[in-house]
Amino acid sequence: MLLHPQTWSFRIMRHVITLLVENEFGVLARIAGLFSGRGFNIESLGVSETLDSTVSTMTIVTRGDDQIIEQVIKQLNKLVSVIKVVDLIDKDFVEREMVLVKVAANAETRAEILRVAEIFRGKVIDVGSKTYTIEVTGDEKKINALLALLKPLGIKELVRTGRVAMIRGSKTSTEPS
Amino acid sequence: MKKTGAQIVVECLKKEGVETLFNYPGGAVLPLFDELQNAPFRQVLVRHEQAAVHAADGYARATGKVGVAVVTSGPGATNTVTGIATAFMDSVPIIILTGQVPTLLIGNDAFQEVDIIGITRPCTKHNYLVKEVSDLGRILKEAFYLARSGRPGSILVDLPKDIMVNSAEFKYPEKVFIRGYQPTYEGHPGQIQRAVELIMKSKKPVLYTGGGIISSNASKELTLLAERLGIPVTMTLMGLGGFPGNHLLSLGMLGMHGTYHANMAVMESDLLIAVGARFDDRVTGKIESFAPQAKIIHIDIDPTSISKSVRVDLPIVGDCKRVLTKILSLLDEEEINSFKEGLNKWRHQIEKWKALYNMDYHQGEKIKPQYVVEKIWELTKGDAIITTEVGQNQMWAAQYYQFIKPRTLLTSGGLGTMGYGFPAAIGAQAAFPNKLVIDISGDGSFQMNSQELATAVQYRLPIKVAILNNGYLGMIRQWQEFFYGKRYASSCLEGISPDFVKLAEAYGAVGLKAIKPEEVIPTLKKAFSIPKPVIIDFVVDPEENVYPMVPAGEPLNQMRLV
Repeated sequence: MLLHPQTWSFRIMRHVITLLVENEFGVLARIAGLFSGRGFNIESLGVSETLDSTVSTMTIVTRGDDQIIEQVIKQLNKLVSVIKVVDLIDKDFVEREMVLVKVAANAETRAEILRVAEIFRGKVIDVGSKTYTIEVTGDEKKINALLALLKPLGIKELVRTGRVAMIRGSKTSTEPS
Repeated sequence: MKKTGAQIVVECLKKEGVETLFNYPGGAVLPLFDELQNAPFRQVLVRHEQAAVHAADGYARATGKVGVAVVTSGPGATNTVTGIATAFMDSVPIIILTGQVPTLLIGNDAFQEVDIIGITRPCTKHNYLVKEVSDLGRILKEAFYLARSGRPGSILVDLPKDIMVNSAEFKYPEKVFIRGYQPTYEGHPGQIQRAVELIMKSKKPVLYTGGGIISSNASKELTLLAERLGIPVTMTLMGLGGFPGNHLLSLGMLGMHGTYHANMAVMESDLLIAVGARFDDRVTGKIESFAPQAKIIHIDIDPTSISKSVRVDLPIVGDCKRVLTKILSLLDEEEINSFKEGLNKWRHQIEKWKALYNMDYHQGEKIKPQYVVEKIWELTKGDAIITTEVGQNQMWAAQYYQFIKPRTLLTSGGLGTMGYGFPAAIGAQAAFPNKLVIDISGDGSFQMNSQELATAVQYRLPIKVAILNNGYLGMIRQWQEFFYGKRYASSCLEGISPDFVKLAEAYGAVGLKAIKPEEVIPTLKKAFSIPKPVIIDFVVDPEENVYPMVPAGEPLNQMRLV
């Protein structure tokens, strides 16, 4: 993807990039090192195996203007261990992440918490004497909305997974072409 | 047939046509060195691992082949990092084989263990840790392929001691295929066609050429293109020699210490044809002001170099030689002559700039460093291989020696590594025993790898080192004079450099000294005639500056001329 420089925009946009990489030792360190060495930011990063055990897939969420993103994509492609890079910004895709939230719960707030969890189609996976732990899956907007609602109630602990993404429809985003 | 890891390494090196190795042994590589003892390669034992890598680098730049260095684990490996980064920045094909502790001890803080893979990830094109003997053949084949193909670079292969001792069936792979690495060599035909159209429409074109011309062996195509269309050519430091420096169409080097007319031509041009160059900050000066009226065509094998810092109008990803050949084939015979005529006005303007300011120096009682370089050029007629250190010596070598052939200037451009020149000269001399190899050095830089005098003497490498001895770290002193009110902080060597003549003799080499201008030519002639390594201590004017100079961050046409 080479943008004509005349069409570069200087607006900073969030890009979700999926990669196919060799499933070999040190690949994650290479990618992370590339981002840190060149000052690109990593908002979120997820790695896992694919149907082919010699290939792993990574989902990276990064932010930058067109010139920076073009460099990110090109630098990733340059790495010998990287097989394919797809920037999902122009494509129709679904993305998900999961969050586990431990919320303070007392007599007055218990009902409210359960109601919020239900609205977001979350599950209560742990109950303590003073806390509930809720599990919710969704896209970034949904997760942020949930957390905004739970914050005034008192979030004790919070863990989010990296974001994963996939192109909609029958085409696969990560089939090596 | 079963072979040990060490035997496999030797076989692979043979299959890849390696003829020379630059080595330094250690505990972790004893099994490998035991096999190398009977191997058919010439092996040069250096005195510091950094020198082994710079020597492999110099060998690679001078020959175009892959240079190979073999060192041990731990400190041996860490000593190679500067050399690896030097080669990486200048896209030089080298392979570094490092020893490593046995696989079971990796990660245990073992004796002489270091995570060299982790340390060199950012400064190698790729690196490998061999975990199974059965992988060794494939890994070495891939290593050589990666080192020399696409944009060349440094590759490190980490060899644990037990892998060298264990055996496996060995068959050298016929082919290599790396699915994540598919460089583009042929330029896009549509882009090339558009490039030709843009060129034919231009009135003030400039060819801006760099190291890619040399890596791609595209000198002939470049010269042909420039001559057929009458387009002036400027070179980066890495591109010197890619186009003959004494050609009528040559503008000389551009950039921070480039010639006046080269910088002016670039700033006033309406079309910049960049071939095998990467718009480095030393070349562009203030990016926002760079070549303000020019459309830019950029031909480069590395997509990441295109539009990295300067917006490019017509990118062509491909090998310089192939793309230039294609462009030549698309030129319309009928249009060429009128186009060339049409550039007369532009070439005339460039002659005017050249007449306005040509690099000069005034010889007085003390030897001027520029005079030394000029005489080296006149005496060798561009036939020698020149290596340089870094700083003022490097810039004067680039300015006053006219490089007319590729692979005759070996200099650390991207990383700017002091101490590079002497070991690189060792590598070049090992490759070409009958050529004159001269290291243009400084008193600061030479002391970074002076121990290699022993290597030069041991292997009878008749290198000539011309030390431009001014008692300072010259380039630092120049910046401190211009920008820091002459506060010479830590740049004065206070004359406490060794007596270089005695130092040379201490190692069994020859030492000469020159103090007066009239001694320069006879001393050089004497040095060139001695079939041994020679150090020449030229005592030069201590506060001479490199001009022109574009201060960092200034536009290219804001040159300091006096």
